Amino acid sequence: MKSVNGNSVCLGVVIGKIQFYRKNAHEISKVILEDIEGEKNRYLAARDKAIQELKELYENTKTSLGEDAEIFEMHGMLLEDEDYNDEVLNIIDREHTNAEYAVFQAGEHFYDIFSNIEDEYMKNRAIDMRHISEKVILSLQGLHQVTQLKEPRILAADDLQPSETVQLDRNMLLAFVTKKGSSNSHTAILARTMNIPALVNVDIDKGWDGKLAIVDANTGCMIIEPDEKTIEKYQRIIDEQTKQDDMLQELKGKESVTQNGHKVKLYANIGNLTDLNYVIENDAEGVGLFRSEFIYLNSNDYPTEEQSFEIYKKAAEALGQKRLIIRTLDIGADKKVDYFNLDEEENPALGYRAIRICLKRPEIFKTQLRAILRASIYGNISIMYPMITSVEEITSIKTIVNEVRAELDAEKIPSKKDIEQGIMIETPAAAIISDVLAKEVDFFSIGTNDLSQYTLAIDRMNDKLEDFFDSHHEAILRLIELTVKNAHNNGIWVGICGELGSDTSLTQKFMDMGIDELSVSPSKVLKVRQIIRSCK
Amino acid sequence: MKEFTYVVKDENGIHARPAGQLVKEAREYNSKIVMFAKDKEADLTKLIQVMALAVKQGDEIAITAEGEDEAAAIENIEAFVRENL
Repeated sequence: MKSVNGNSVCLGVVIGKIQFYRKNAHEISKVILEDIEGEKNRYLAARDKAIQELKELYENTKTSLGEDAEIFEMHGMLLEDEDYNDEVLNIIDREHTNAEYAVFQAGEHFYDIFSNIEDEYMKNRAIDMRHISEKVILSLQGLHQVTQLKEPRILAADDLQPSETVQLDRNMLLAFVTKKGSSNSHTAILARTMNIPALVNVDIDKGWDGKLAIVDANTGCMIIEPDEKTIEKYQRIIDEQTKQDDMLQELKGKESVTQNGHKVKLYANIGNLTDLNYVIENDAEGVGLFRSEFIYLNSNDYPTEEQSFEIYKKAAEALGQKRLIIRTLDIGADKKVDYFNLDEEENPALGYRAIRICLKRPEIFKTQLRAILRASIYGNISIMYPMITSVEEITSIKTIVNEVRAELDAEKIPSKKDIEQGIMIETPAAAIISDVLAKEVDFFSIGTNDLSQYTLAIDRMNDKLEDFFDSHHEAILRLIELTVKNAHNNGIWVGICGELGSDTSLTQKFMDMGIDELSVSPSKVLKVRQIIRSCK
Repeated sequence: MKEFTYVVKDENGIHARPAGQLVKEAREYNSKIVMFAKDKEADLTKLIQVMALAVKQGDEIAITAEGEDEAAAIENIEAFVRENL
C-alpha cells in the first residue's frame, strides 16, 4: 500500500484499476524503410485524418466549450502548415524512416523553435507542437485516442490534451490522475465540466498500470494497492456518497417548498454557457445569476453586440420559460480585463468597478443592454445591475435603458417591453436604503460575498484575516433581514445569490425571514432543495 | 507589389488566434504575401512562421503582396489588421 498526494481539480472518491494512457510518441522507434513514397503517403493520409478529426471536434464542442474549443481549430491549422509538412517529408526523404519517427522528430524540431522564443506566450505554444505530432502518430497507428477503455478505469497519464479529455468515454472513466496540469489547465476545466474526479501534480509511476487504487479527490490523495481495511473504509465513504446522491436525485422534479408551504424559487449561478447543462441536469428552476463577465474575460477586445447577443440568446433558448437573470458587466476589483485599460488602484474593492464603469462608459453598457434586450424575446430574461449604492445610479441606468430601447424601436428591432429589472444588494448602503431602492426596481438579489466583505471591512482574499471573518456575523444577517422586509413592504421579491445562499445551516433562518429566491451553484441545487423541504 | 505598415496596438500582440485568422485570410489569395517584423520575415500563409515572429504590442510590421490579386489582398488584410490588431 502506497499513498501519494496531488491537487484535486474535481471532487469525488472512487476505487478501481489504474490504466496508463500511453503516449505513443514517447515510445517511437526509428525504422529504416525502402518504400519512401509509400511512407510519405501514409503520413499524408494520417495527417488529413487528424485534421479532419480536429475540425469535427471543433464543430462538436464549440457550442458547449465556447472559446476553449478554439484550441482544436488552431491545432488543425498548425497541421496544415507547409513548413511542418515539409519538415516531416524531408526527414522521411533524408533518413528513410518510418512516418511515426519523422512526425515525432518534426514535433520536437518545432518544439525547440518555440521553446527558444523570448516571449512567454509563444514559449507555451511549444507544447502545442508536440500535441499535434502526437495526434498524427495516433492516427498513423490507427489508434482512436483512449476510447478503447473497455471497463471502468482510473486513467493515469503524464498529461492529457484537451482533445483527448473530451473524447474519453465518460462511462468508462472513474477518475483521472496526471503528472502535469494545474487547476486552470484546459484539462482541469474539462474534468469539472464532465464531473470526473481528478487529481493533477501526482507523481505517477508506470509500474502502477493495472493495479488497484483509490482516488480520493476530496482530500487530494491517491492510495495504490490499498489493503482490505482501507478498501472497506473507502467503500463505506463511497456507499454513503452514493446513498446521498440517490436521495438527492429523487428530488428532481419536486418543488422547493417548506413544510409550512413557503415556496422558494431555487435557481443556479452560472459563469458560462457550458454550465447551462448543469442547470438542467440538477433541475434548477432558473438562473438567478448569469455572470456576463465571462464574455468579456474570454475576449481580447470588447465583445461586439452580435457576439453577446448570440450568447444571451442561446442561454435564453436553452432555459425556455425558466427565468434567466443576466447580471450586467461586473469587472474591476479582482476581475481584470486588459483591454479596459483600468488603472491600478490603491483600493480596488472600493474602486472603479461594475456599474460604475458602465455609467462612466455608457458606450460599453449600451452595447451590452442592446444585446440583452434583443435576446429578451427568445426566453424569460431579467436584467440585474451590480454594485448599486444610490437611487441616482438607478435613475441614470433607467435613462440609458430608455435610450437603448428607443434606438431599437427606431430601428424596428424587436425587444421585450416590460423586461424585469432588479439590482444586487451587495453594499451596506444599498441594504440600509433598500426601502427607497425597492420603489425603483422589480426585485433584489443579495450578493452576500461583497456585502460581507464591505460590512465587516474584511478582504476575503487576505488569509491573515481568516480568524476575524465570521460569515454568520449578526450585522450581515440583520442587513439581509432588513432588505427582505423592505422588499416585501414594497411588493417586490428578494433573493440571495451569494455563497450564503447555499449555506444550509442558514436555510431555516432565511425561510423564517421569508426569502423568495435562493440562487446557488448548480451542484448544490438538490442539496439545498432537500434542506428547504425539511424546513418549517 | 503592394504593401502597408502598421504598429501593433493589441496588448497581446499577434498571438495564436489572430495569427490563425491572418493566415486564413492570406490563404484566400494567389499573391505571395509576406510579413516583416523585427528584421525577420514570415510567409503569411504559414501559421508556424507567423507565430514564431512573436510580434508584440508596439512592434512595427510591414506586409507585402505580390501577384495578380495583390491589390485586393493588401486592402482586405490591412482592414483586418487595423480592426483586430
